[in-house]
Amino acid sequence: MTASLTLVVLMAVMFGAGITIMLERSLTRVLIGFLLVGNAVNVLIYLMSGAPGLAPILGEGVDADEISDPLPQVFVLTAIVINLGITAFMLALIYRSWWLAQLGAKGDLIDDEDEDLHDAEEAADLFRISAADDAAVQELIEASDEEYDRALDDELELEASARDDLEAGSAERPEADR
Amino acid sequence: MTAALVPLVVLLPLLGAASALILGRHRRAQVVVSVVALAAVAVIAAVLLAIVDGGEPVAVTVGAWPAPYGIVLVVDRLSAIMLLVSAIVLLVVLVYAVGQGVADRHRETPVSIFHPSYLILSAGVFNAFIAGDLFNLYVGFEILLSASYVLLTLGGTGERIRAGVTYIIVSLVSSLFFLSAIALVYGATGTANLAQLSVRIGELPDQVQLVLHLLLLIAFGIKAAVFPLSFWLPDSYPTAPAPVTAVFAGLLTKVGVYAIIRTETLIFADHDLSVLLLVVGGLTMLIGILGALTQADIKRLLSFTLVSHIGYMIFGIALGTQLGMTATIYYVVHHITVQTSLFLTTGLIERFGGATSINRLAGLLKASPFLAILFFIPALNLGGIPPFSGFLGKTGLFLAGGEQAAADPETAWLVWAVIAAGAITSLITLYALTRFWNMAFWRGRDELEGYESVLLGSVVEAPEGATVTATKSTPTLMVAATTVLVVVTVLLTVFAGPIFGLADRAASNLTDPAVYVSLVFPGGAP
Repeated sequence: MTASLTLVVLMAVMFGAGITIMLERSLTRVLIGFLLVGNAVNVLIYLMSGAPGLAPILGEGVDADEISDPLPQVFVLTAIVINLGITAFMLALIYRSWWLAQLGAKGDLIDDEDEDLHDAEEAADLFRISAADDAAVQELIEASDEEYDRALDDELELEASARDDLEAGSAERPEADR
Repeated sequence: MTAALVPLVVLLPLLGAASALILGRHRRAQVVVSVVALAAVAVIAAVLLAIVDGGEPVAVTVGAWPAPYGIVLVVDRLSAIMLLVSAIVLLVVLVYAVGQGVADRHRETPVSIFHPSYLILSAGVFNAFIAGDLFNLYVGFEILLSASYVLLTLGGTGERIRAGVTYIIVSLVSSLFFLSAIALVYGATGTANLAQLSVRIGELPDQVQLVLHLLLLIAFGIKAAVFPLSFWLPDSYPTAPAPVTAVFAGLLTKVGVYAIIRTETLIFADHDLSVLLLVVGGLTMLIGILGALTQADIKRLLSFTLVSHIGYMIFGIALGTQLGMTATIYYVVHHITVQTSLFLTTGLIERFGGATSINRLAGLLKASPFLAILFFIPALNLGGIPPFSGFLGKTGLFLAGGEQAAADPETAWLVWAVIAAGAITSLITLYALTRFWNMAFWRGRDELEGYESVLLGSVVEAPEGATVTATKSTPTLMVAATTVLVVVTVLLTVFAGPIFGLADRAASNLTDPAVYVSLVFPGGAP
């Protein structure tokens, strides 16, 4: 069996680098490491097909002995597709875990408010706070009634839409439960 | 006719998954599609088992490329048995999941996700059981793993993401091992076809065989959770929803065990690593069960017993004799059903008692005698109390061990040591499960406050004890599904004779790799 030295060296470097990076704690680096090792394995499969030859397409005037081994190429293609899918999933997972980290220890359990008393109290607090905000905004409006402020108007619109969302959300939830 | 049935076991769940995804907004239609797809596979598997056991082997080449170039699907007795058992278990767990409404318990998950992922997982499991070449086995593994990643992180809560990350990274590493092993096997022999490998591997130098053999065993050992590659399992399985944990515990590790059986009996039939497997099997039993002893959380406890009982199967595979393989096959079937039903019952306990910890459960026997029966029967069964199937399987394995020890005095002491480990493991399993029974079912609700006992001295809570609220509502469908599975475990005992006979015939196919080879290449291997 003959193999290309360049490919062997490339494979070794990718294996080494990939495994090193996979040992890191950060998920993103683990993913990069996985990609490197995954591709190193693909190169390894390709190396196993032996001496390179013509494109593995049997047609007129093509001697079956001169083409390269098609099977490893099929393996590599399949492995690439699988790695692509896994990578997409890992990215989603990383995003999710970053998102959870942003939210802190409470996670994103905010929409469980109607499940038990504790959460219901929290939700009530949330509404109370937003009601206080509304009142404050109302005061502001009255104070600045004389001079019309465009920026404030925008802000109000934002507030209103956020409040609408909140209300729409809480109205929809019982629906979703059924 | 027969040939057309084989690809259907993979195609039906995949088509079902696609339809379930399209029908995402119509929950009822989705449920119907999933149930019909899995029920159809169960029927096909039963038909295949009848045909194959009748002596007519089934090997199908897909895509008109002849073996060893094309994809070949092989159904021998072992494959057919595994197909049938896994189809039944998957169907029952699906019904249970529908009862629980797992798909919509967490609002942040799109409702449509559960059924398609579950069907894809089934397709992967079935594909792995009928794969006739290493690469197709790899594809089967990847299909089921990808789906399992989704199911394990269902809902995307912090706890599940953390558990999922461990599981996913470990699985990725094992997949990379497997793929590298395939590359090297292909480089060494020029084929990935199992039947052809069986013939060609023997011609390789001993050291090369050793490397390939170990690589494959590591890859499959991680999946089967064999010590010391089992560390990931008790941390990742218990956090998933009950039906998901049940099906993972019952089936996914067994796919690894199935792959190890094929590796040992078909590919490396002449290359002997039985001493290594004996040692590893014994250690898996003991260390797994010692872990179970200290768990307060029933889900974690069961995960540790799961690891520990994989050791019995590895023991049977290591023996490699006709009786050893027979007992292993019987044990695999027994363990799939019993472990799954225990996890399903745990799901019911969780709903009914509002906790999974031994320290917080009490008075369940009075509250629900039927639930108590559903837990008690599989618990005794797993512990190996006669006359249940666990006892029969273990007895079969120990008998095979005794036979092997008599035949081969050199490793006799090791075999006896593993048998002793098996007996001890069985007793500790019984201890751990009856302790849970005593506390959760027998202890009165009023005794719970300030209860002290030497039995609870050593137990520790799960690191992240999630708070569960008791719903007190146990949907009839969930109870019915669990009952069906418990009845199946009892039937395994009642019909132990015929099933052992079937396992014996399956094992006779395994002990002679030439049978498999002639199945794929009727005219002799090229």
